[in-house]
Amino acid sequence: MPERTVTIASAHGLHARPASLFVQAVTASGLPVTLTKGDKTLNGASILGVISLGIEHGDQVTLSAEGDNADAVLDQLAEILTTDFDA
Amino acid sequence: MTVSTTLVGIGIGRGLAVGPILRMPDPLPEPSDAASSQGTDAEKVRAAGALAATAADIRLRGERAGGAAQDVLEAQAFMAEDPTLKDDVNDRIDSGKTAERAVFEAFVQFRDLLVSMGGYMGERATDLDDVSQRVRANLQGVAAPGVPDPDYSFVLVARDLAPADTALLDLDKVLALITSDGGPTSHTAILAREKSIVAVVGTKGALSLEDGDTVIVDASTGVVTVDPTDAERAASVTALESRAAASTVPVGPGALADGTPIPLLANLGSVDKLDDAVAKGAEGVGLFRTEFLFLDSETAPTVADQEAKYTALFAAFPGKKVVVRALDAGADKPLSFLNDEPEENPALGLRGLRALRAHESILRDQLTAVANAAAATTADAWVMAPMVSTVEEARYFVSLAKELGVKTAGVMVEVPAAALLADRILAESDFASIGTNDLTQYTLAADRLLGSVASFQDPWHPAVLRLVGEVGKAGAALGKPVGICGEAAADPLLAVVLVGLGATSLSMSPAALADVRAELARFTTAQTEEFAELALSANSAVEARAAVLSAATPKHPNQHTESE
Repeated sequence: MPERTVTIASAHGLHARPASLFVQAVTASGLPVTLTKGDKTLNGASILGVISLGIEHGDQVTLSAEGDNADAVLDQLAEILTTDFDA
Repeated sequence: MTVSTTLVGIGIGRGLAVGPILRMPDPLPEPSDAASSQGTDAEKVRAAGALAATAADIRLRGERAGGAAQDVLEAQAFMAEDPTLKDDVNDRIDSGKTAERAVFEAFVQFRDLLVSMGGYMGERATDLDDVSQRVRANLQGVAAPGVPDPDYSFVLVARDLAPADTALLDLDKVLALITSDGGPTSHTAILAREKSIVAVVGTKGALSLEDGDTVIVDASTGVVTVDPTDAERAASVTALESRAAASTVPVGPGALADGTPIPLLANLGSVDKLDDAVAKGAEGVGLFRTEFLFLDSETAPTVADQEAKYTALFAAFPGKKVVVRALDAGADKPLSFLNDEPEENPALGLRGLRALRAHESILRDQLTAVANAAAATTADAWVMAPMVSTVEEARYFVSLAKELGVKTAGVMVEVPAAALLADRILAESDFASIGTNDLTQYTLAADRLLGSVASFQDPWHPAVLRLVGEVGKAGAALGKPVGICGEAAADPLLAVVLVGLGATSLSMSPAALADVRAELARFTTAQTEEFAELALSANSAVEARAAVLSAATPKHPNQHTESE
């Protein structure tokens, strides 16, 4: 299954705005996407799940997706996570 | 109706309004944990319908609001349609609970999780409470919590307003705001100041008001008069008319009653708002934030790019003062090419001038661009460094600016150390400008961005004012200008106190100019100094404000009409 490991760029971590942009992109992709931080893995379409992982600036997370176009979707999601929306 | 009662809070601005009140609807009570009588399938259908309808409703409100509010509301919409939450709700319904109870418990569980994480995540808990309330209101077919939307004008009474509420205020209908909680730097107060809404915040007893009560809200005194007598109503109408007449007086330069000029300048963050600032009578720009030139870029803009922007700015103020602040990155607004290392305490880290110094080529480019633009226009271009803490930093910045062709270079006073040594710092600089928001944050050791310590963020605090006074004294002794830029200068009465402490110019968001101009014109230099002494001798921000307000309020405000 395709994966990407990225470092979070936003200064306050994956809080409301970056989290919602991420979830929005996951939902729009129509693919099942999971987000893993440490030993916790969850549904990337769940904003509460994403927020409750407590992902901070500089944390490493792994994305994975399955289906047609999974690589392109993962590239797009990785781009969101490595952009600093608090700037 | 012969006796009226009064409530007292903190007035924002100088406005006056009369009208019927409407309260924000009370929060819904916790739903009972009785077993469902409708069966699990029916409850699941109800819950799914309410969650989807709430998400759609929140998204629609976001689209209507636009801007930063839309981002917050979009995140809330995703919370309402969260798949993990929905699974959790369905599990609870399977165990025999009603849809209301299942929704309530599911949100509480996530809320507690966020609260336990603390900090910025913890503050998202309020968003979850709001979404939970809306879903349950939908399930029960009752009015959703939030700002009422009647077809007449009203005075809104609330505990405090959340950003989601204020984003949608219909300013044509809301005559005034009264809140029971919140201080002068609360979200409600900042919004009221920005949009020139009459507001009294932190009003004791405000929640005892009932829908339909008529009130007079006077922000200049912080007094709310409930069920006013006919005489009080008439007096307020007269006052409204005379203030309306006063506000149609053509805008002119700021000055005290004895003619002492106090230039009133605008705080700007982009060149888009220039026309508005000029129309409202800004005599120049006291703080031009340059961050917008750098946001969204992976690398710093070129000298030529920057020069074009500064030239447009200076050209709008021919012959006038324009103070450009060098790039202020870090803490609440990090830039990827300046703030490379994560920090535990960014507000105490490599920010402001410290970050620029670590990347001197960016600072050199910016100063060169400003100097070139100044040479091509007639504006009086000044440049200042953000977050200066030491005499050595002031010397470094000023000499670099002069080397690159800037004629007037100064420093911002935001760190208590810089205020305490203002005599030596000003000896090295052409001027100082006090950033009251950061000065308050550092003096009271309270994070500006953290709601839980918001009550400490009050520039009326005598400790902050004493530091302002140190800078004022140093400026007077050395004959150097001392400006104020920050929320404090937009509070008309505090602006008077700041002048008494030695501020020689005031810079604020353009919306605040008219009120501050009117307030300054009421007092002489001697009075501003008397008010400054009163504020300095108080023990707290609240006491300081009350003491100055009482000294500044005419003893018989209703006896100026000719009929009496």
